[in-house]
Amino acid sequence: MIAGQHQDKEGRWAWRLTGFITLCVYIFMFAPIIATVVLSFNASMFGGFPLTGFSLQWYAKLLSNEQVLTAFRTSMWIAFVTAAVTTLLGIITAYALVRFEFPGKATFGTLVILPALVPETILGVGLLVLIKAVDQPRSMGLLLLGHILLALPYVVLITQARMVGIRRTYEEAALSLGASRISSFREITLPLLIPAVVASALLAFTISFDNTSASLFWRPAGVETMPTQILSMLKISISPEINALGTVMILVTVGIPLVGGLMLQGLTRLRKRVDAKGNA
Amino acid sequence: MHESLETSAQTPRPETAGGLPAGAARDGGQLEKPAVEFRNIDIAYGKFVAVRNFSLAIRKGSFITLLGPSGCGKTTILRSIAGLVDISAGQISIGGKRVDDVPIYKRNIGLVFQSYALFPHKNVFDNVAFGLKYRNVPKPEIARRVSKALEMVRLPGSEKKLPSQLSGGQQQRIALARAIVFEPEVLLLDEPLSALDANMREEMRVEIKKIQKETGITAIFVTHDQEEALSMSDQIVVMDAGTMEQIGSPEQVYETPATAFVADFLGKANMLPGVVSSVDGHKATITLSAGQAVTAVSPKVLTPGARVSVVVRPQKLSVGASVPANKLAGRVVSTSYLGGSAIYEIDIGERTIIRANTPIDGKVAREGEAINVGFDPAGCVLLDEKGLRIA
Repeated sequence: MIAGQHQDKEGRWAWRLTGFITLCVYIFMFAPIIATVVLSFNASMFGGFPLTGFSLQWYAKLLSNEQVLTAFRTSMWIAFVTAAVTTLLGIITAYALVRFEFPGKATFGTLVILPALVPETILGVGLLVLIKAVDQPRSMGLLLLGHILLALPYVVLITQARMVGIRRTYEEAALSLGASRISSFREITLPLLIPAVVASALLAFTISFDNTSASLFWRPAGVETMPTQILSMLKISISPEINALGTVMILVTVGIPLVGGLMLQGLTRLRKRVDAKGNA
Repeated sequence: MHESLETSAQTPRPETAGGLPAGAARDGGQLEKPAVEFRNIDIAYGKFVAVRNFSLAIRKGSFITLLGPSGCGKTTILRSIAGLVDISAGQISIGGKRVDDVPIYKRNIGLVFQSYALFPHKNVFDNVAFGLKYRNVPKPEIARRVSKALEMVRLPGSEKKLPSQLSGGQQQRIALARAIVFEPEVLLLDEPLSALDANMREEMRVEIKKIQKETGITAIFVTHDQEEALSMSDQIVVMDAGTMEQIGSPEQVYETPATAFVADFLGKANMLPGVVSSVDGHKATITLSAGQAVTAVSPKVLTPGARVSVVVRPQKLSVGASVPANKLAGRVVSTSYLGGSAIYEIDIGERTIIRANTPIDGKVAREGEAINVGFDPAGCVLLDEKGLRIA
């Protein structure tokens, strides 16, 4: 009885300790983000506590800052094209890796995901050295190519994992029923693959949008992406404008996947409702 | 034939006058072409030969079962009809037309999988209508034929359900409806009952057979389950290691197994090796390796000294006082009481175990008890040295 109580006490303390450490970890992870967001609404000229009043002036200032707007537009379209290209390439690669046997398949599979394992800085320098070797200038094309290189491994991994789960018999059934290979891919495989396609497109977008170190190497002279823009602004001063810019970055990188996920969920629910209606 | 066949005019098969295969001509030319014909096919995966020199002609409207242990090549043969595996030699014809170069989606075959393989994101209607859609059947006609097919598999009104809302048995019915709704030339069933639980399996067995009879479709069924094969088939093809061991009606393969493999695989027959000691016309006396002698009726006159195996089904054996002939003395090794009957394992010497499945007559013999076991001289099959039936 006494031993049992003793154990209970010990258990309670262990739980408390676990809870405390968990809390600390979360504070450590989110405090900087919260600080950035909160300070972006601060009226004070100086980017620090204490708060002096609520204001949207820093956002207004951002909107009138042509440099920031250009950087935002650049980042957006690079991220968009990266997401589109990597998703398309990822589907094809994953399909080939899962459904077909060809010599060198294992090697090919490893090579595709290798850029995810190499440190970004090395990759950044490497691509730059290669470009110099073939005597080409740094261009937007290079920057885009670099981002595709960075995001592709993740897209392939996600799509491949889903592809493995789609049984081959679905496609065989479609073929036996008279659908050509392309039709059966379009009607059966692709719809079953959609969750992975959406997830990897969003991830690719995020990877591209907030990439800093590699972009520093690859961007052509005079071109800034959002992260490099923030970096160059930081060199001058820590202005509250940067907090506002940071908040926008957070909104885009967190918001877009969130909205995408919700949209996908809504779509599935809608389809189910339509089916249910037809049922009744 | 099922009545909806009259509506299948949207896919006319070109019947060229000179296009008769040699096989049909060989059979007299005027005879009906086999629904499916294999001629000396080999199928190899790299160096591994899965099927060797396999030939078979399947009559239209018949129910054929490919029976064998896993890895015997039965599924490979089925998939070769569908075009899901390539043959390395020989030729396959469907309805008298060579299909070696015809891709799967143009072969007009119905395929039912062990895993059902219903499209999970499509409802029952879209699943069943899939084949019709690709045959450009007009919409009202599709609706009519889908509802008819669903009636046939006894799931009418389930059009709007998703596969995940159905039980395993229901899913397999839908899969069956999907495979027959467009009236394919052949229905291929790849162990369709293996994923179902025991009760459902028996029900589906009857159902599939009934639908096959109603539609008159040619069905090729793959299984490793001898009960399924015996109860459903018009013809059973017993396979082992990529070759055909025997083809025949269920009674033929069960009663007169052509090889030692068939005898063992179907119903676990007793195989008693021995030497012919004396011959009296078609009756031969055989001294078993176990030491005792039996008499067996042989279709062929045997020569004394020949090595043979006596094959007796457990059901053909009797024990105790009811032994008619060939009385062998033994000792019960184990008894399984099954209510109406019992299975005895009896040691008749030299560690030769005989399995007998007999109706219970009086007292059930217990382990260790001395017992007589025997069989009618005409109730056995003799195999020669190579394990082939003496006929």
